[in-house]
Amino acid sequence: MAANTGTVVELVGSNEQTILPEWVDLQKKAGSLQTGRISEGELLSQSREFLHLLRDGLARGGTDASNPAYGPAKQLLADISRSRALQGFSPGETATFIFSLKQPLFNTLNRNTALSPAQASELTWSVTLLLDELGIFTLEVFQKSREEVIVRQQREIAELSTPVVKLWDGVLALPLIGTLDSQRTQVVMENLLQTIVETEAQIAIIDITGVPTVDTLTAQHLLKTVAAARLMGADCIISGIRPQIAQTMVHLGVELNVVSKATLADAFAVALDRTGRAVIKLRKTAAGSDKNLKPVEKGL
Amino acid sequence: MDRIPILKFGNALLVTIQVDMHDRLATALEEDLTSKIVEHNAKGVLIDISALEIVDSFIGRMLDNIAAVSRILDADTVVVGMRPAVAITLVELGLSLTGVKTALNVERGMELIKARLRTSDTDEEDDVEE
Amino acid sequence: MKSERLDIRSSDDVVRVRQLTRTLAIEAGLSLVDQTKIITAASELARNTLDYGGGGVLLAELVEALGRRGVRLTFEDHGPGISDVEAALKDGFTSGKGMGLGLGGARRLSNEFSIQSKPGEGTKVAIARWK
Repeated sequence: MAANTGTVVELVGSNEQTILPEWVDLQKKAGSLQTGRISEGELLSQSREFLHLLRDGLARGGTDASNPAYGPAKQLLADISRSRALQGFSPGETATFIFSLKQPLFNTLNRNTALSPAQASELTWSVTLLLDELGIFTLEVFQKSREEVIVRQQREIAELSTPVVKLWDGVLALPLIGTLDSQRTQVVMENLLQTIVETEAQIAIIDITGVPTVDTLTAQHLLKTVAAARLMGADCIISGIRPQIAQTMVHLGVELNVVSKATLADAFAVALDRTGRAVIKLRKTAAGSDKNLKPVEKGL
Repeated sequence: MDRIPILKFGNALLVTIQVDMHDRLATALEEDLTSKIVEHNAKGVLIDISALEIVDSFIGRMLDNIAAVSRILDADTVVVGMRPAVAITLVELGLSLTGVKTALNVERGMELIKARLRTSDTDEEDDVEE
Repeated sequence: MKSERLDIRSSDDVVRVRQLTRTLAIEAGLSLVDQTKIITAASELARNTLDYGGGGVLLAELVEALGRRGVRLTFEDHGPGISDVEAALKDGFTSGKGMGLGLGGARRLSNEFSIQSKPGEGTKVAIARWK
């Protein structure tokens, strides 16, 4: 067995000039360069480096992929896998890197006449196992990297999708769009409360026109936000509640001591009124457009 | 024993809580405020908690009590400056302090008290524009 | 990882519990809201230990699991214990002067909560909050 792996080491070392082009060619045929995400030169140098590290691994660790001798080879695979995950390669495309090495490697083994058929097949088998294991490792790293990307994007979406906008002096609006899970609602809540402090807003309008469904937990989160804002000294108005969401809230059995309005516009009118302002029409317009409406301070 | 200072501010009292209060200090404040309201015939009590990093159920209960007692003595209590993290935690804890009025800062709290004085005493003319 | 013991004998110790919890929560990298939650929960439980357990001890630990850091607090007393733990967890339950939010409130403010209590032997409450 040991002698046999020695043969592979020797073969891989002395046949690099035939293995490498064949391998890279197979990778190209499998479409590794099609998307233009990596260059041919890059592919060649990655392949060459891996081949060298694989030879080192074989020389010192045999065909056992868990041997520490495979550390550098695995490290390279992890780097390649991670960068491909970020570049948007598919898992199949990424795994092809390893699996397409089988054919050139076996061709080399078969061309070597010094091995008996039994030895050749035994060697082929153990190399297959080795490459399979390295292939699975590649996929695991790939998967993990993709998961990290997803987690990061979720966080970014949560932050980006909850803008708190200032409607008027002392009046904030939080237009919520999309499904509200607990995690996101929490980000929303903290964001809103922080902005209330920063802008010294008296009234915050939470508009949920763009929210398709509100589950029990989310409704509770919304009500908690309203309660927390009140503790800080600001009032909340919820606008754009859909009929089925209204039902959810009622079924919750939570007493809705929250001011709610049908539309954001209605809520804004209430907010202006509470802060001592009103909207009046400056002059008559033919089409009755709202362009000339201008909020004015209301005398008390 | 330490006591939290109570300042007179027109016909209102102002308390700024700046330390991590232990329970005895909170109880003492409750007693002190009650007697000061009577002594100065105060119509409003402002409690500034903007420096407080937490409000637990004990301090929450103290605020509730002060509000209830001052209401009986015809004074309004306004708690001002609660931090967002404190507000979120209090709600989670199950305390909503429904009997307590709140404002973002001392200035707004003072406006609340003045507004109430105006409605109860129409002779007093005050400038209320922001 | 780091751990510290603190006796709870007076209302000044309740303040010390809050300060120790804050130090650990910052070290664990908890967000400001999470810090506030665990400190508040610690304050509730420390007061329970003092008022109902007749004093006791806090074991505060900085913990790490699955790559996340957190704070674990274990309050132990040898007081009268609680005969009906389920009832004690409900809001409004109190055997003393409090608002009865202590145990239930502390549970809501934590990611992990466990309680062991035997009448006549004492009570042990453990909470944890993770980053």
